[in-house]
Amino acid sequence: MKLSDLVKQTGEWLKGEGGDADIVISSRVRVARNIKGYPFFHWAGKKDKEAVLSAVEGALKASRYMKGALFLNVSKLDDIDKQFLVERHLMSREHAVSDGAKALAVDEKEIISVMINEEDHIRAQAIQSGFNLMETWRVLDSLDTELDGKLEYSYSNRWGYLTACPTNIGTGLRASLMLHLPALVVTNQIGRVLRAITKLGVVARGLYGEGTEATGNFFQISNQVTMGHSEEDIIDNIEKLIRQVVGRERSARQYLLMHNKAALNDRIWRAYGTLKSARIITSDETIRLFSLIRLGVDIKSITDIDRKILNQLFILTQPAHLQKIEGKRLSATERDMKRADLIRSKLGS
Amino acid sequence: MLCDMCGKNEATVHLTEIINDQMTKLHLCEACAKKKSAQMEEHFGLDSLLAGLVDLGRPMESVKDKRLKCPSCGLTYNDFKKLGRLGCDRCYETFKEYLVPLFKRIHGSDFHTGKMPRRKGRAARPKKVNVEELKRRLKRAIELEEFEEAAQLRDKIKKYEPK
Repeated sequence: MKLSDLVKQTGEWLKGEGGDADIVISSRVRVARNIKGYPFFHWAGKKDKEAVLSAVEGALKASRYMKGALFLNVSKLDDIDKQFLVERHLMSREHAVSDGAKALAVDEKEIISVMINEEDHIRAQAIQSGFNLMETWRVLDSLDTELDGKLEYSYSNRWGYLTACPTNIGTGLRASLMLHLPALVVTNQIGRVLRAITKLGVVARGLYGEGTEATGNFFQISNQVTMGHSEEDIIDNIEKLIRQVVGRERSARQYLLMHNKAALNDRIWRAYGTLKSARIITSDETIRLFSLIRLGVDIKSITDIDRKILNQLFILTQPAHLQKIEGKRLSATERDMKRADLIRSKLGS
Repeated sequence: MLCDMCGKNEATVHLTEIINDQMTKLHLCEACAKKKSAQMEEHFGLDSLLAGLVDLGRPMESVKDKRLKCPSCGLTYNDFKKLGRLGCDRCYETFKEYLVPLFKRIHGSDFHTGKMPRRKGRAARPKKVNVEELKRRLKRAIELEEFEEAAQLRDKIKKYEPK
């Protein structure tokens, strides 16, 4: 598989399928692992970094879960390609910005991706659409167990998997769900809900993880604690919490439909109108309007767009994606124009 | 709209800052936004915040602590405080004294109970029932109104709690 093949497809996590797919966009699980006998990435010399890279890459190339996978040398990628991979949630921003012997492997379906030499030697993730954490964990668990047979991980009987940062020690597991919660935002309940769940050991972040703001009512919720609980318990805990949040969002939607239907529809259809007519549009505005249209599709107010098209647009309208589609570097203003063109053509206006 | 910082380029990044409950909005061009985010990283870097936590438990540090050095990778305690990250797996043993309180603060535990590598042998680990952990889960189950699970946990705690 080549990098350019990715532009033509939509990642599995944007298929809009799976349980509660109207509210839960995607389920993601990652593990952090290090190879015994080598310093952690940021503290390692060039030779050690290269040795880790080739050992992990070798193990991945022989993996039955990574047949036909894409292997990329991150330092050889240009800025747009790196940002493109970040937008697709295949790579972290940290992996994209820092230098050194770094690689990324992505399986054909874009479910599994493995960063080699990020903060830890291995950061492997699985991501799928809908509310599907336990199954997503099973996918990743299988790959991890297979790699464990080929590589020797840094592990302590008392503390579990040893990671560069003490916040990841133990299971090295981060399970996260991306949620779309427009009704909780509109009804001003979101603050209360997020505060309540963050008291129970989870963190809420914006669309692109650490340090990003919540845009367009999209939130990423993940576990904070990685030690002292089994992987299944961590996932079970977060699933239970999110089930409550999903329930709240559904009842807030019901409430809006019962008490505020006209005003809600007005906002939804105005958003639709803007997207169908705009000639220049920023990615920020796009995401905010998509949020409303998505809600419109969910409550069956808008019936002529498939959620799949929305998910596709969601990713294609991001800055690096637009530039990959055009095949050249575009200024911010040019991007805003191309974005508007793309949206109009996909929405058939 | 022009950038609030340089006043020359078109602003494409819109930043909301909340300092002491005062909300300010900044409109920046790409170049100034990068500078600004580097500044913020310096001021509020998560890494040093984390390393700062280590000290909370032990305000009386001796000079010897600062010179404590990992025999395997050469990372010193000061390096760890600066970076917020350890140098290698041996560091965990070297700085154990400081790390264990940190684990408890971050994770509420200093004992791994999850998956283990195959070569370690799954049977090798003593089957230890962690009553504290069960109690935490019970509390959570009650908060979530999962009463069936709460009842099971309560019975388990009764069975294993030292008399």
